[in-house]
Amino acid sequence: MAYRWNNTLTKADITPKSAYLNRRQILAGTVGLGAIGLAGGASAQGNMEPNTLEEITSYNNYYEFGTGKNDPAQNAHQLVTSPWSIKVDGMVDRPGDYGLDDLLAGLSVEDRLYRFRCVEAWSMVVPWNGIELADILAKVGVQSGARYVAFETVVQPENMIGVQRRVLDFPYVEGLRLDEAMHPLTIMATGIYDEPLYNQSGAPIRLVVPWKYGFKSIKSIVRITLTDREPPTSWNKANAREYGFYSNVNPNVDHPRWSQATERRIGGGLFASRQDTLMFNGYPEVAPLYAGQDLSVDI
Amino acid sequence: MAFAQSINGGLRRIPAWTIYIVGVIYAGWEFWRALNQMGPYLVEPINVLERSYGEVALILLVAGLAVTPLRKWSGVNLIKFRRAIGVTAFFYVLAHFLVFAILDVQSVSRVWEEIVKRPYVTVGMASFLMLIPLAVTSNNPSIRKMGAGAWRKLHKLAYPAAVLGTIHYLWLVKGFQLEPIIYCVVVLGLIATRYVPWERQRQPA
Repeated sequence: MAYRWNNTLTKADITPKSAYLNRRQILAGTVGLGAIGLAGGASAQGNMEPNTLEEITSYNNYYEFGTGKNDPAQNAHQLVTSPWSIKVDGMVDRPGDYGLDDLLAGLSVEDRLYRFRCVEAWSMVVPWNGIELADILAKVGVQSGARYVAFETVVQPENMIGVQRRVLDFPYVEGLRLDEAMHPLTIMATGIYDEPLYNQSGAPIRLVVPWKYGFKSIKSIVRITLTDREPPTSWNKANAREYGFYSNVNPNVDHPRWSQATERRIGGGLFASRQDTLMFNGYPEVAPLYAGQDLSVDI
Repeated sequence: MAFAQSINGGLRRIPAWTIYIVGVIYAGWEFWRALNQMGPYLVEPINVLERSYGEVALILLVAGLAVTPLRKWSGVNLIKFRRAIGVTAFFYVLAHFLVFAILDVQSVSRVWEEIVKRPYVTVGMASFLMLIPLAVTSNNPSIRKMGAGAWRKLHKLAYPAAVLGTIHYLWLVKGFQLEPIIYCVVVLGLIATRYVPWERQRQPA
């Protein structure tokens, strides 16, 4: 089932490591992103020049480690990621506590260069390494009545400063409808730029659903549950009016407190211009999943 | 009160205009760091600069409101700095607004749309507008022209402006966060000291 979705970009288009480590220096003196966009692999998907590893790992939302964008980079080193096991339960044929390596053994890790759009109207382009969620689900055997997949983030109160502050009702939980979970675009990422995930990026394994707002892509997963009922999701519990279960990227449906029509791509500096946000974050192939649904109601 | 007196004595030697100088230099320094993406400005300088100016503005509004209660309760007298604190607060609100309008939203029509559509922006904008007449009349000729009573009445606008500033902050964050709540409580408390009757400390005979 792997390799069901392909970038129009190949690995060769991704900035070589030496260049992404030094891009800031190279950039010094140049203005704006335009020059980089032209220098990188121009493609039908727009500017898909990936953000630098430094950008990707020092501007994060991971409220278990604080609410500031730099807090996770400061505090996430305390997270213990080894050993790591994932409880798989609910409507599956082979439930159990799987060691991470056992769960992923034999499955293909692919490169996926995806746009990443935060609900806060900023965005990045991230070169993930990950496994199709569908492959993992096939391995554990989804039973016929299952309709949703629920996910849960680890809670290590003594290592997670934000958990003590109760900014959200932890553990962080998320969910997908089964057809969303099985879509070829949906992956479980284990790396970025061929390096293991940094803790602030959701080590050792996280969900990536590129057509949804970033908070759906739950980090540091310790539990996967197949269920026949729509599972509760953290931001929806905190504020249902602002954060729906679907939370598809949609420039036509504003967040109650800010516009979602445009976004700012991270990396453009102090004078970066905004760009139009694309429906489904530029992944129109997922539109059939929502045929017959009114996406201004099913937010 | 010997302690307060020695502090007051030291303060007498510091001219009030140092507040303006420090305020402008700090704003310029933050802008320079944002331009060069230093420190906290490494990845997303626009949003961080917007927040930095906004937060300094709130701190200065709190400082301005604290002058009177501080004098009442501790005897430390910062009254000669209050105008500079207030005007510098306005300067930071203005800088905050300019970063929002020019660097963040980047279009006049969209700035207007944000003000009308987003309650937290509306509230912040209202606070900004209230501070304009205060900044404009923060000089001695204005006090003379208006008369002390009318001037003092006008400058009570600082209270609602500060409250709206904290609501603006409270309203824009995601989830249950502590900092905006603290600002809100402190500002309301400082305003309350003006209205809640309190026992005057008896001087020993």
